[in-house]
Amino acid sequence: MDGDNQAFPDRTPGVEEREPTANYLSYTVGLTLAILATIASFIVSQTDLLWPPGIPVGLVVLAFAQVGIHLVFFLHLGSGSDHTNNILALAFGVLIVFLVITGSIWIISNLNENMLPMPME
Amino acid sequence: MLGRLTWAAIPFNEPLPLISMGVVLIVILAVLALVVIKGWVPYLWREWLTSVDHKRIGVMYMTLGLVMLLRGFADAIMMRTQQTIAIGDAQGYLPPDHYNQIFSAHGTIMIFFVAMPLVIGLMNFVVPLQLGARDVAFPTLNSVSFWLTAAGALLINVSLVVGNFARTSWWNYPPLSELAFSPDVGVDYYLWSLQISGIGTVLTGVNFVTTILKVRAPGMTYFRMPVFCWTALAANMLIVAAFPILTATFVMLLLDRYLGMHFFTNDGGGNPMMYPNLFWAWGHPEVYILILPAFGVYSEVVATFSGKALFSYRSMVLATLGICILSFMVWLHHFFTMGAGADVNAFFGMMSTLIAVPTGVKIFNWLFTMFRGRVVFTTPMLYAVGFMVTFVIGGLTGVLLAVPPVDFVLHNSAFLVAHFHNVIIGGVVFGALAGYNYWFPKAFGFTLDERLGKASFWCWLVGFYLAFTPLYVLGLKGMTRRLQHIPDPSWQPWLLVAEVGAIVIFAGILCQIAQLYVSIRGREQRRDLSGDPWNGRTLEWATASPPPAYNFAVLPQVESIDAFWHMKQAGRNAPAPSYVTIEMPRNSPVGFVIAFFAVVTGFALIWHIWWLVVLGFLAAVVMVLVAGWSDDREREVSAAEIAQIEQARLGPRQPAE
Repeated sequence: MDGDNQAFPDRTPGVEEREPTANYLSYTVGLTLAILATIASFIVSQTDLLWPPGIPVGLVVLAFAQVGIHLVFFLHLGSGSDHTNNILALAFGVLIVFLVITGSIWIISNLNENMLPMPME
Repeated sequence: MLGRLTWAAIPFNEPLPLISMGVVLIVILAVLALVVIKGWVPYLWREWLTSVDHKRIGVMYMTLGLVMLLRGFADAIMMRTQQTIAIGDAQGYLPPDHYNQIFSAHGTIMIFFVAMPLVIGLMNFVVPLQLGARDVAFPTLNSVSFWLTAAGALLINVSLVVGNFARTSWWNYPPLSELAFSPDVGVDYYLWSLQISGIGTVLTGVNFVTTILKVRAPGMTYFRMPVFCWTALAANMLIVAAFPILTATFVMLLLDRYLGMHFFTNDGGGNPMMYPNLFWAWGHPEVYILILPAFGVYSEVVATFSGKALFSYRSMVLATLGICILSFMVWLHHFFTMGAGADVNAFFGMMSTLIAVPTGVKIFNWLFTMFRGRVVFTTPMLYAVGFMVTFVIGGLTGVLLAVPPVDFVLHNSAFLVAHFHNVIIGGVVFGALAGYNYWFPKAFGFTLDERLGKASFWCWLVGFYLAFTPLYVLGLKGMTRRLQHIPDPSWQPWLLVAEVGAIVIFAGILCQIAQLYVSIRGREQRRDLSGDPWNGRTLEWATASPPPAYNFAVLPQVESIDAFWHMKQAGRNAPAPSYVTIEMPRNSPVGFVIAFFAVVTGFALIWHIWWLVVLGFLAAVVMVLVAGWSDDREREVSAAEIAQIEQARLGPRQPAE
């Protein structure tokens, strides 16, 4: 990871010494899972199998599943030692998404609370 | 056939835009004619327009930023003049509709097409050199980034000639920016030019985060990286995290405008207040995207010209990363008055005050670096000292504005205008100009004229204080921003002083142009043959000025921070050269071509010329695919070739053996 013990080869920047070999099986599994998760969210949004207030929760769960599928199968996020940068980047991304979403919800709900009651039309 | 585009789009009945547009067109045509007649086209195409060399791209970014600075400044001085004369019964020379377009264009251009290109240009030029790398991680992508930014800049300037620009300020808040209230093309120019340049900016962010994490010289551990690289890393992480928010927000507004959706409308379940919320969730990190690399420049400049290592390197790094995270927790302070309750306002007020702490740490670090150093007051160093004084004032008025009850009094007043110009000019512009003066000899191989450089600095500094101190006073007196007409004649003296300030800044800009001209004319006497004109500390000074395409004939071995300084101390400046073959990226026209089609697509979208939208977009996509499948992207520079280049440059400065 650090430049310390890595003899940087004199190559075009950005070209890995060993190109990652694409694994067709992993991509196929990933694609199948992603499509399944997409279909499932369309079903969930229409279904009466779920308790109605639970539908948004179901959608959120499926959205997270979708993110996970993409990260693992398409972006090859693993837990190996050479993935430290990727994991850190993911942690930073999750933190920012968390800050922006919770912050926005908090702010907007607070704005609504301070509105004058409006007559419903 | 041509959608909304008719002859009515050209403002034939308004003399002022028509004249300025005529002048601009004549200048552009004259430059093009000169380039064609002199036979420079093949050279420009081969060496610059298709170049994927980070140094060339950096220079082109800086050029774009400086040219657009002239446009943004022209807008500024027009507004200043209007406010000086449109007082009481006088209405000035700019009608409200035109004035509104000018302040919208001024803000948009200064942030997106001046500050961003200047900062990204410096990062492009400097970061790979400081890391001891041959180029960025994705050189062709870098060229695409630049050309998309240039495409956005071109599109926003087309609005001067064809149609009009937004009157909705640089934030473009709905519901005013919705179709119901802004039915013409102005807002669409704003949205599409920023969407196109935004793609370029995100790609830059990805490119530089990857470069800094993965492409470093042997031995360059994280804690041996120069501070500028750290600040560039933080700024690019912020780009990657923040710009998608802006893009998504603009997509929603575009859907409202083009497909009749209701994200930000008053009716149909929309919420216009969501737009300011999302806009500033991008907008606050954006100011740190601009200022962090400027902090990096000051760190390099102060250390070099004090002849000392930077005081407390680690606290500088920690402060940078702290600002990086904190910058995402303060955005509500841009709209305290939108109606949030005391708890929300108090939280964001406190967070905003808190962010002054790491910034204060940095100021003290620079002061302690200068303390007992042998300070040489060159032009970059003057900018650094001018920045410290100016930025502290701007930071303190910022902390004042972060107090919600104070903000309720000063919100959207001239006080606020003075505050953010104080930090952006005193911080970002001074930083960019310090960097320009500091790294120019590295980029072109000759130094800039110091006398005119200093004259320019003093004009900028004095002009800044003359132009914006009166705005603090006027804000406290109750003057709001963006006034086309001044209702209170007692404000006139202050506005006159501000006008004088703007003229002094203009003198500074003229000094800079003169500085460039004089330095180019006398370049043979100003050659920097050593590659190290300032007795620098970091790796960019270890190679030639200008550096060869491959930057370093032999990659440097890094053993400490301030790597080059320690190499000089240890006397290992000139290692016995044993060259090996280097693989370098080939030049590629892909960036230029994609950007060309992006301009076509953007223009067609603005004017609803749907067939052209389809054509332009498909052509751009085909170009991306062709570039993606191309295998022939590298060329080899043989050892013999390198030896020849190195001999040619080492020849004149090495004594005959």
